[in-house]
Amino acid sequence: MTSVVVLDYGSGNLRSAERALARTGAEVTVTADLSAAADCDGLVVPGVGAFAACMRGLNAVRGGTVVWDRLRKQRPVLGICVGMQILFERGLEHGEETDGLGILAGDVTRLHAPVVPHMGWNTVEVPDGSCLFKGVEDQRFYFVHSYAAREVPDALVTTAEHGERFAAAVERGVLSATQFHPEKSGDAGAQLLHNWVRSL
Amino acid sequence: MTVAVRVIPCLDVDGGRVVKGVNFTDLVDAGDPVEMARVYDAEGADELVFLDITASSGSRETTYDVVRRTAEQVFIPLTVGGGVRATDDVDRLLRAGADKVGVNTAGIARPELLREIAQRFGSQVLVLSVDARRTTPHQPGTPSGFEVTTHGGRQGTGLDAVEWAQRGEELGVGEILLNSMDADGTRRGYDVELLRAVRAVVSVPVIASGGAGRVEDFVPAVEAGADAVLAASVFHFGQMHIGDAKGALREAGFAVR
Repeated sequence: MTSVVVLDYGSGNLRSAERALARTGAEVTVTADLSAAADCDGLVVPGVGAFAACMRGLNAVRGGTVVWDRLRKQRPVLGICVGMQILFERGLEHGEETDGLGILAGDVTRLHAPVVPHMGWNTVEVPDGSCLFKGVEDQRFYFVHSYAAREVPDALVTTAEHGERFAAAVERGVLSATQFHPEKSGDAGAQLLHNWVRSL
Repeated sequence: MTVAVRVIPCLDVDGGRVVKGVNFTDLVDAGDPVEMARVYDAEGADELVFLDITASSGSRETTYDVVRRTAEQVFIPLTVGGGVRATDDVDRLLRAGADKVGVNTAGIARPELLREIAQRFGSQVLVLSVDARRTTPHQPGTPSGFEVTTHGGRQGTGLDAVEWAQRGEELGVGEILLNSMDADGTRRGYDVELLRAVRAVVSVPVIASGGAGRVEDFVPAVEAGADAVLAASVFHFGQMHIGDAKGALREAGFAVR
């Protein structure tokens, strides 16, 4: 059975992620235990709220080290929402600059749109060769965020548009990340998680 | 290529049971919020709102349990409002499986609570629920002509509803659930003037609430600036399905899921 760990490094709704992943048939554990996070087949890094607060929480459980170690060993990691954002070099919120993990190049900055947060179901533009979006390329996914990454070099980037075009998902080798919440995106999200778990 | 207008059914939950205006025929247990949530999910609801009207604090456990069971079975966003007094209440609801939390009375009593919740959990979890009522010539007016009320519209607060929405955004709320107490229950359409007035001063999403009665009611609300439309009884009584609301919006050229 494929084992998946949802890294618990603070408060937030982790139950939905746990349940949505369990529906794919994976054995899911929600924990801050670093050895479990290191040893599982797939690690999910969730995240809601502020970039700075998430980085503090992640650092407090030494989660960043686990993510780096896994990627070095070619072990899959999936970042969700702010869990995707903290993979980048920097987050800029309220004029405050916070270092991210620096795994992906670029900054995470505020979306320029008439209505922010970008909240709701939006379409995505999926590039050829995506594993995550197989079979759900034309579906809508549930977003809730005020900040986003734009250009992501050397990665397969799925984009979405809200006021401007931004990175909705990134795939690079064993690293995957979505700005939207697949665990709250109904059947489309379930399929995406299924695709990811199957790839482990 | 644009974010879809959300159609959101709202369930009043008391002691773990759905109350008020429910007439689902094909349910094993029409009073079970979890089962109703599943039906609405299957019908294409974009989000769900549970309004916890439980009076006694002892029964709050039942609410957490309902949220927990819903989150296990329904994979669309869930907002829970009612009875949120402190940041720890928010923490418990989020841990039970809520995605967003609606704050109303406690935020009026102590606006800093809104800032504290936003700072601890992020703006995206915080929905400011505003029960607005038009002031009458016999009352001390507010600049916008809309006043914030509590206790289901029975008590005025003297706060200007439009200014309060704006203040809420400044304090960090991520969304405004704008309920017209005048339109609520009338089924004669949303209060588009109220929606326009609030839309003009805030840049966070606005959910229109109160007054939905016919499929024709949704388009004017969105034209007035609503990002989402919420309704309760028209959906519960089966007079209209989620798909009917979406059909009307789609026909008017708005993106829906």
